[in-house]
Amino acid sequence: MHFILEPGFFSNGPVRTALIIGGVTAIVSAVVGVFVVIRSQAFAGHALTDVATTGGSAAFFFGLSPLLGFIGGGVIGAGAMDLIGVQRERGRDVATGIVLGTALGLAALFLYLDTTKSASTGATQQILFGSIFTLDPSTVPLVIGLSAVALAIITSINRPLLMSSLSADLTRARGINLRAIGVLFMIAMAVSVGLSSIAVGSILSTALLIGPAASSVRVARSLRPALVMAAALGVAATWLGILFAYDSFYWVPSSQGLPVSFFIVSLIFLCYLVTGIPFVGRGFRAATSRQRDVSEESA
Amino acid sequence: MFSGFMWNAWEVGTMVAIVGGVVGFFVVLRGSSFPAHAIPNGAFAGAAGANLIGINPLIGLGVFSFAAALGIGGLARRGRADAVTALALVMMLALGAAFLSLSTQYEPQIFSLLFGEILGVSANEIAPVIVLGAVCIIAVAVLYRPLLLASIAPDVAAARGLRPQRLEIAFLIVIACATTMTVPVVGALLIFTLMIGPSAAAQCFTNRAGRAIVGSVAIALLTIWMALACAYESNWPVGFYVSVFSAVWYGVGRGYAAWNTGLRNARATPVTTADAFTMS
Repeated sequence: MHFILEPGFFSNGPVRTALIIGGVTAIVSAVVGVFVVIRSQAFAGHALTDVATTGGSAAFFFGLSPLLGFIGGGVIGAGAMDLIGVQRERGRDVATGIVLGTALGLAALFLYLDTTKSASTGATQQILFGSIFTLDPSTVPLVIGLSAVALAIITSINRPLLMSSLSADLTRARGINLRAIGVLFMIAMAVSVGLSSIAVGSILSTALLIGPAASSVRVARSLRPALVMAAALGVAATWLGILFAYDSFYWVPSSQGLPVSFFIVSLIFLCYLVTGIPFVGRGFRAATSRQRDVSEESA
Repeated sequence: MFSGFMWNAWEVGTMVAIVGGVVGFFVVLRGSSFPAHAIPNGAFAGAAGANLIGINPLIGLGVFSFAAALGIGGLARRGRADAVTALALVMMLALGAAFLSLSTQYEPQIFSLLFGEILGVSANEIAPVIVLGAVCIIAVAVLYRPLLLASIAPDVAAARGLRPQRLEIAFLIVIACATTMTVPVVGALLIFTLMIGPSAAAQCFTNRAGRAIVGSVAIALLTIWMALACAYESNWPVGFYVSVFSAVWYGVGRGYAAWNTGLRNARATPVTTADAFTMS
């Protein structure tokens, strides 16, 4: 037992904060992620973490609240992608690439200015990789509140969103404004990604957004089980990863420990590989036939 | 501006722009921006790993970028390509974070691997860049016709007995090769922006594949030269200028395409090479 739970796991303040924030982030990311995966917007979902990071480094430079920078950067980036064509089938890939490239260029500039302005080393590392263990407990309510906003947007548009993801023509025929749905979804995605980038770092943000959702969409037969399963996988991977990272302080000789992101991402990646095994993932059924199941059930 | 260390930067920058322009043409045509971002960005973890066990970073980068190309290409057969690319990227980055935590890595090195340190290129780093760059260009030349056909008319290519998945993996390996060559000297950001912006702009100006490639190389060269000059004058990172200039070129290209097709029937996306080939 001693090897599984090293002493002081639950009585440790940062660990408790990490468990709460990690759990909330994992749930929101997984729910948004299911739609991101169904809509094939993983590139945009990942690009928004980097765009949010640019917002964070800009906020650091101007001395604003980093949370404001992350969310603001994400929303502005989502708007720019939408404006130059992320919603359109063709050119969406290039539009995302251009926004991402520009954002990364600005991030390079701000990080450079940050390091020349103040001698605070660690800014680059913290903005890029984040750390779930260094979260300020006072941000917990704010993170939970904004997560609720993202979830509320998704819940309120979930039916038209799913329909438009599967058949644009059918949705248009029912008189639903596709563009408005797409923009609302991008905003929800930007808020969720911005939050998770600042809470758990940009690596984990993409991992929690795409990994659990992609695994569950491979297995689940309809939308609701897919959402529940994605959230459960995300939370399980996050909490196990935190446990392993905490324990790893005792494993590695240098007693420095391994980063929590390494464990969480490895668990998620493993989970994706396992769901691809035929007997687990109900074979290699074409993604479209699985999508049809989802749409029939909800229709 | 043209002496000593700056001369190395001009040479390397020119080579990177040529490779970026040529490979970028296919990246934009095939809609492979995500792998083109993921492979260089994730491969920097390989350099961190090589640093940890004390071997040449170039080997670590090469191993990681080739593994990424094979992994993305292989897993994408059974799953969604974009989700698989995202997962491969985060897995590599997480490994990189683990390597960095084990070594006592000095922070500016992360910055330079991600955003490039082209002004600090030393003379003995130029030879590998030129060799690997030549390999990339030769590979694209060999793959040119089947890749073009498979990118524009996948059905026709399949009917002619080409295997699109093998071509996809071969193309990802070309991206991996370009990555290995460029990340140590110019960073992951710079090669990505040089692949996307100039090529997307060039494809707004012309419908022909040959002209589009020449155009994207020319725009990429202009971009990197202007960026080097500005970075030299202002001391700001080269990557910033390259990405901003690339975006400006793309904007100019989109504007030209919209003006050219007329505002009346301004289309959602500009006429690209794909249209020209499917029409002919």
